[in-house]
Amino acid sequence: MKVRILVSFKNSVLDPQGQTVKNALLTLGYGFVKDVRQGKVFELDLEGIDEAEARRLIPEIADKVLANPIIEKFSWDIMP
Amino acid sequence: MRFGVVVFPGSNCDSDTLHALRDVLNQDAVFLWHKDHDLKGVDCVVLPGGFAHGDYLRSGAIAKFSPLMREVGEHAARGGLVLGICNGFQVLLELGLLPGAMLRNKNLKFLCRFVTLRVENERTVFTNRARKGQVLRIPIAHFDGNYYAPPKVLDDVERNSQVVLRYADEQGRLTEEANVNGSMRSIAGLVNKAGNVMGLMPHPERAAEALLGGTDGRVILESVIRGRAS
Amino acid sequence: MIDDRILKDHNLTRDEFKLIVKLVGREPNLTELGIFSVMWSEHCGYKSSRVHLKKLPTKGPAVIQGPGENAGVLDIGDGLAVVFKIESHNHPSFIEPYQGAATGVGGILRDIFTMGARPIAVMDSLRFGPPDQPKNRSIMEGVVSGIAGYGNSFGVPTVGGEVYFDAGYAQNPLVNVFCLGLVQKDKIFYAKTDGVGNAVLYVGAKTGRDGIHGATMASAEFGKETEHKRPNVQVGDPFKEKLLLEACLEAMERGLIVGIQDMGAAGLTCSTSEMAAKSGTGIEVDLDLVPQREAGMTPYEIMLSESQERMLMVARPERVADVQAIFAKWDLDAVVIGKVVEGGRLKVRFHGDEVIDLPVDAIVNLCPAYKRPSVKPKPAKAAGKGAPVSLPDNFSKAFLKLLASPTIADKEWIFRQYDHMVQTNTAFLPGADAAVLRLKGSRRALAASLDGNSLHTRLDPKTGGAAAVAEACRNLACVGARPIGVTNCLNFGNPEKPEVMGQFEAVIEGMIEACKAFAIPVTGGNVSFYNDTEGTSINPTPVLGVVGIIEDIDKAVRPGFKAAGDVVVLLGETKDEIGGSEYLKAVHGREDGPAPRLDLAVEKKVQELCLEAAGLGLLQSAHDLSEGGLAVALAESCFHGRKGLGCVVDLEAGLRPDALLFGESQSRIVVSLRPTDLNRLLELARERKVRAAAIGKVYGESIVLSQAGKKLVDVTVREAFKAWKNAIPDLFKIHA
Repeated sequence: MKVRILVSFKNSVLDPQGQTVKNALLTLGYGFVKDVRQGKVFELDLEGIDEAEARRLIPEIADKVLANPIIEKFSWDIMP
Repeated sequence: MRFGVVVFPGSNCDSDTLHALRDVLNQDAVFLWHKDHDLKGVDCVVLPGGFAHGDYLRSGAIAKFSPLMREVGEHAARGGLVLGICNGFQVLLELGLLPGAMLRNKNLKFLCRFVTLRVENERTVFTNRARKGQVLRIPIAHFDGNYYAPPKVLDDVERNSQVVLRYADEQGRLTEEANVNGSMRSIAGLVNKAGNVMGLMPHPERAAEALLGGTDGRVILESVIRGRAS
Repeated sequence: MIDDRILKDHNLTRDEFKLIVKLVGREPNLTELGIFSVMWSEHCGYKSSRVHLKKLPTKGPAVIQGPGENAGVLDIGDGLAVVFKIESHNHPSFIEPYQGAATGVGGILRDIFTMGARPIAVMDSLRFGPPDQPKNRSIMEGVVSGIAGYGNSFGVPTVGGEVYFDAGYAQNPLVNVFCLGLVQKDKIFYAKTDGVGNAVLYVGAKTGRDGIHGATMASAEFGKETEHKRPNVQVGDPFKEKLLLEACLEAMERGLIVGIQDMGAAGLTCSTSEMAAKSGTGIEVDLDLVPQREAGMTPYEIMLSESQERMLMVARPERVADVQAIFAKWDLDAVVIGKVVEGGRLKVRFHGDEVIDLPVDAIVNLCPAYKRPSVKPKPAKAAGKGAPVSLPDNFSKAFLKLLASPTIADKEWIFRQYDHMVQTNTAFLPGADAAVLRLKGSRRALAASLDGNSLHTRLDPKTGGAAAVAEACRNLACVGARPIGVTNCLNFGNPEKPEVMGQFEAVIEGMIEACKAFAIPVTGGNVSFYNDTEGTSINPTPVLGVVGIIEDIDKAVRPGFKAAGDVVVLLGETKDEIGGSEYLKAVHGREDGPAPRLDLAVEKKVQELCLEAAGLGLLQSAHDLSEGGLAVALAESCFHGRKGLGCVVDLEAGLRPDALLFGESQSRIVVSLRPTDLNRLLELARERKVRAAAIGKVYGESIVLSQAGKKLVDVTVREAFKAWKNAIPDLFKIHA
């Protein structure tokens, strides 16, 4: 089972990398880009647990290890 | 005073810190291995600079799971002294021993240079050799030193006088230019509420000998050696 | 089976192949051919350069190890030795600037700690295309962050270096990385296998398909493997390298290993065969035991992979468990993959079959050396072939323009991205004439400098080669250090072009003369040929790295003016030379003319005078004159000194004013000293027959330069500083 977890800055936290990418896109003429937020993607390959247990443990892993809840939020899904 | 300098895989200021404490300031200082469960009876635990675990997830994020961190947490809870320098500060934030988090520097580049800092609170165990408002010249060297905390936390921290050092210009004024990494409220160093745990981004061990360009870092280290909050 | 196309893909000639067949006693299989291909390449085998490099002076009383090992080693007394080397990573840095530069740093660090030394400093010589073009800026930005990303994390300070900009480097940037390490004299390790029966251990990162010679992929015979094609880019892992450093040094400290070699270029092939060849033994390896990152790798790929952060070690069988325990402590694997055997052959097994059986001597030592045809270069004559250089209307403006030219402008934007202070030995900040590193627990200090002016070298290759050595030594003299040894990185175009080979030979000749004049041995180096784009070669670019010693760090001369009222003295002679100068390039857009001449005897005397004066404590500051000449050297002495100090200087009549201010005559140093010390210095200069003239004083807040009372330049230090300081950051502001 493969799980993809997306970690990005909370909306209240300034994301200077995202801002820089946005400015670059605007300079290149993509004026329709309103905002850019940069994040990290983790792909976990799981073995030996069922989906229900995975659904319970993934948020725990994300909250405890992969994201810093002070500045980051996360979302996740089980990959088909 | 007995100091213990924690060695994580990827620490790279561990020897520098030991050198400053032991060879320059003549203190009893030993290394503590991150996989052990032994603080070797030290009075002050120092988490040194570097790239613990390569800083690969986030700065300091994996180091917080090192076995020795349990003892460090207990030591801090007992009122024992803990000093986190640079990467060590980041570890303390990840551990939750200090409030807040670090973001990438505002210019998105690693920054190594001398900076000037204003002493905000001279009554901590880490600053008792300083005067309030004194300007210290100490180097920084980091990529993630842009301090962040939610507004409510910042207000708490200010109210409790936990902010110990701020980035300032040579006259001690807080300016945008002097706030080199973009830290909220120019915060460069913090203590916990109890005052026994301090984290700072500048490297006092790099400013302990005149030969290396300055000795202001001693103000911090010698304050700890003097060992009392005045 | 081996046809011309396969040979071409492997960069081997038909004659070389015939030699291989003769040495092996049969036709090699494809994997074996791959091995010869990399070991007999220009990079590993020094085919075109060896006959010339052999002439370099490599002997000296302090030499513990000359060329031929991972790095050179010099005795510095007190039971200590320095280990140092410079390497190029030019091509990879153009393909992928960040990883190219990062792995360049990683490679040279391994060269140093393989010998048992802890790396204590890195310096870089970087050459890019003009930074006003976005593409060049992006390469520069990537290279600088790559060096920073690797070195900062590893924990080695990047303490200095040089950066030049020239259109010739736009498609072919140069990234030369120098590393200096420190080791106890009795703890030096070499690439050797020693006794038969010893275990061969693989340590560090797993092997993937990184950096495998393009030739691999071109062989359609590989069938099912070709879909696994990977880009040639190697990715560095500085954290793993840091662990590898600590684990290796710990195993060495405890005397647990007999030999060690890093897996750099040609990976497992090079390390296994070189170690065996050096000890006159054979070596047997089972590839199924090699830790692999990817599935389905062939013997060819495993043997030629250039995955980073790997080492090969040899240990006595009874020590293997101890070695493995140390590596486990640092979260690293140490796997026995083979053993040392008699017989001088490299034997490799894969899935139970013997896939390689070659004589190591043939692989390592019998690569043919060529004396390629060359055309002796003619040094450039008078500037502009009759088109005279007009004097600038406004010298102040020309001066500011020169200060803002990227090659001369301040490089803080670059070096503040490097941790230049970690290890707390960096006594002088980057930007000084030479890097100065204190030795903890000693009064003595180390100094190092990198140099090479490629424009001068193009105009006059022999003088350029000699001047690179001379200038690096002069930089050391300016901080008060005496040179003890030199390493070199020779960046040239295609050696099959007789003009390029002619440049190469001339540069070597120049280097030989200079090294002999300074009595310093060459302890190693690196040659990078084929720096060509669309048939055009780069300017010949020798980069010389010289290491020196300061006997008493308290007498090291710090850069920059110290006090108003100090006297400014110019050591050496200014000649009517503007050829090949940065002034000619930046102000007049010309790169012609004869390069400045160099008289090694004069050079030596000037440096000796500077060293003696430094030792006597007479010098408040000293600065070498190079790009931008006297005017720029004076300005930099103001910028590096006490804030805001200016100077007032009046020069003799006679020479063209632009040659006087901006010309790049060799063998000159500008010093400042207390007025009370002036007579003493002038007296020493007379004794040593060195020209020395008091030309002005540290004074006021402006830089005022006159000739025979006629004011040429009058600029406030603040304005000059701004031009110099902001030039490079301003270029990057556009997209910041």
